Amino acid sequence: MIKLKNLHKSYRMGSSSLHVLKGINLSIEDGELVAIMGSSGSGKSTLLNILGMLDTADKGDYILDGFKIENLNETKAAKYRNRFLGFIFQSFNLINYKNALENVSLPLYYQGISRKERQQIAADYLERVGLKEWATHLPSELSGGQKQRVAIARAMASQPKVLLADEPTGALDTKTSCDVMDLIQKINEEGKTILVVTHELEIAKMCKRIVKLKDGVIVEDSKVNQVKASSYV
Amino acid sequence: MFNRDRWTEIFETIGKNKLRTFLSGFTVSLGIFIFIILFGLGNGLKNTFQEFFLDDASNAIFLYPGKTSKPYKGFKANRRIEFRNDDLRDITENFSFYLEYITPRITRNARIRYKNNSNNYSTRAVAPGHQFVEKTILMEGRYINQSDISSKTKVAVIGRMVAKDLFKSEQAIGKYINLGSTAYKVVGIFQDEGGDNEERNIYIPYTTRQLIEKSNDKVDQIILTYRKELGYLGAMGLENGLKKYFKEKKSVSPEDPNGFYIRNIADDLRETQQFAIVLQLIVSFVGMGTLIAGIIGISNIMVFVVKERTKELGIRKALGATPNSVIKMVLQESVFITIISGYLGLFFGVVVLENIGIKLDKYFIKNPYIEISTALMATIALIIFGAIAGYIPAKRASSIKPIIALRDE
Repeated sequence: MIKLKNLHKSYRMGSSSLHVLKGINLSIEDGELVAIMGSSGSGKSTLLNILGMLDTADKGDYILDGFKIENLNETKAAKYRNRFLGFIFQSFNLINYKNALENVSLPLYYQGISRKERQQIAADYLERVGLKEWATHLPSELSGGQKQRVAIARAMASQPKVLLADEPTGALDTKTSCDVMDLIQKINEEGKTILVVTHELEIAKMCKRIVKLKDGVIVEDSKVNQVKASSYV
Repeated sequence: MFNRDRWTEIFETIGKNKLRTFLSGFTVSLGIFIFIILFGLGNGLKNTFQEFFLDDASNAIFLYPGKTSKPYKGFKANRRIEFRNDDLRDITENFSFYLEYITPRITRNARIRYKNNSNNYSTRAVAPGHQFVEKTILMEGRYINQSDISSKTKVAVIGRMVAKDLFKSEQAIGKYINLGSTAYKVVGIFQDEGGDNEERNIYIPYTTRQLIEKSNDKVDQIILTYRKELGYLGAMGLENGLKKYFKEKKSVSPEDPNGFYIRNIADDLRETQQFAIVLQLIVSFVGMGTLIAGIIGISNIMVFVVKERTKELGIRKALGATPNSVIKMVLQESVFITIISGYLGLFFGVVVLENIGIKLDKYFIKNPYIEISTALMATIALIIFGAIAGYIPAKRASSIKPIIALRDE
């Protein structure tokens, strides 16, 4: 599903430049649930941004579902993001004046799907994350866990090939974290490829594979025995 | 542009961000509103000014007799010049090409009495043409006519204020008023845009006045109007012709500036118009200032709005909004708000202007108005500049990478 070949990225910091990714080689198969771990500054967020087409690499290849992602202008990147990727952020990033249903249907709006159909699909996904009754609530009326579940529903709604989660449990307590991870595991079991960036080992252990980054290179890449989040509850 | 889905999205955004919508809309409305009021009041001031100076026909020339200040052709200096009936005739004959109306005017103050009411008024002995020269508006009855002149009848046309003072609510037409020892029949009542003082005059036939004054043929002033299509140059030509003709006829030295005087309204008019142009400039300047203030206001709000929405726009981009669609959304929303609120400001401005119009007469503002085209132009200018002001920050916001927009503070 995802193939990275010798990926390099550096940022200019005034006169000096900071080499963040120093040749990443990674291959992720369809249906995997991968945790990307690393301390802050290890390059994990940069890697995720490149995977999410929010940023571009300086050197190397990025192949997503057979498509080589290159020469991205903003418009093209926006279209690819909309079609291939779903984002889950640490701080949820819901639009605060839109209710849960409208937030979920937003990516569908950018796919040009009609309003009626959009709302139908959004309602379905809200039901799948167990928030059917909360459809008309604004984000400010939802708890942290509920917000993240709305965000997951939103990420799923456009039927992306890959879900990218950036510290999805970073702003949540342990119990809610487990709920969210349980949901992510369930989605993965339905066949979706998911990448989770985290620095918590407990969360990483709930994935099927852990990739550890340090100073811009992969230092460890191993399959693990998945711990079911539901077993914590 | 006419994508129904996008409009729905925009209406939702507008509806759910009422404060923001209100702020930007209010700025535009206020800008247009103030522009219209100021511009209208400026126009009102201009109106007052023009009426003030244009109470008489704008194509009139006045001839006043004077005293010579230089000896000439055997005459001593300081000789009094007088106009007579034959001067009227000569002007009519020699300047017929220019002439429209001509009238003498003999002004006398007299005590006028009707029953027990009496007061001092000025009487003007005139010919029928005077009505057009002075722009007298008849309210009732008739003006002095040619048969009054030839048969020297004792008739009077009285001003509105005279009728009010002497007759109170009584019908004045057909009654007799006493002018000294002579009784005159009131045949007409007039009003004049020149104001109350003009309406305290009484017009009688000039031949009647001459008959009473020992059957002389003297006239005080000669007033004439020329054909308007001759324009300013024609007026100047006529003025010079008259000057030359009467210097010759009355034996006044060509170098003598005094003998008699000619006042040409066209000259006054020219000054008036220059002043009016200055007023217009001031009005336009104030209007432009208001408009620019409005544009700066809407620009500031647009910058603020886009800044406030940076995160939202970042989220939208992460979810697949193209930079173009972001710009379009921000612009369409702002243009929509500007149009609606611009129209509101326009509407209320015009309504307020219409309603205060009559009440400001005593502050020298008469009939304030604004041409709809000017008001529309101002509104459109504000909309266009509002759009430009929105485009620049929207463009910048759309090119910010989503990761930067989404970065947690």
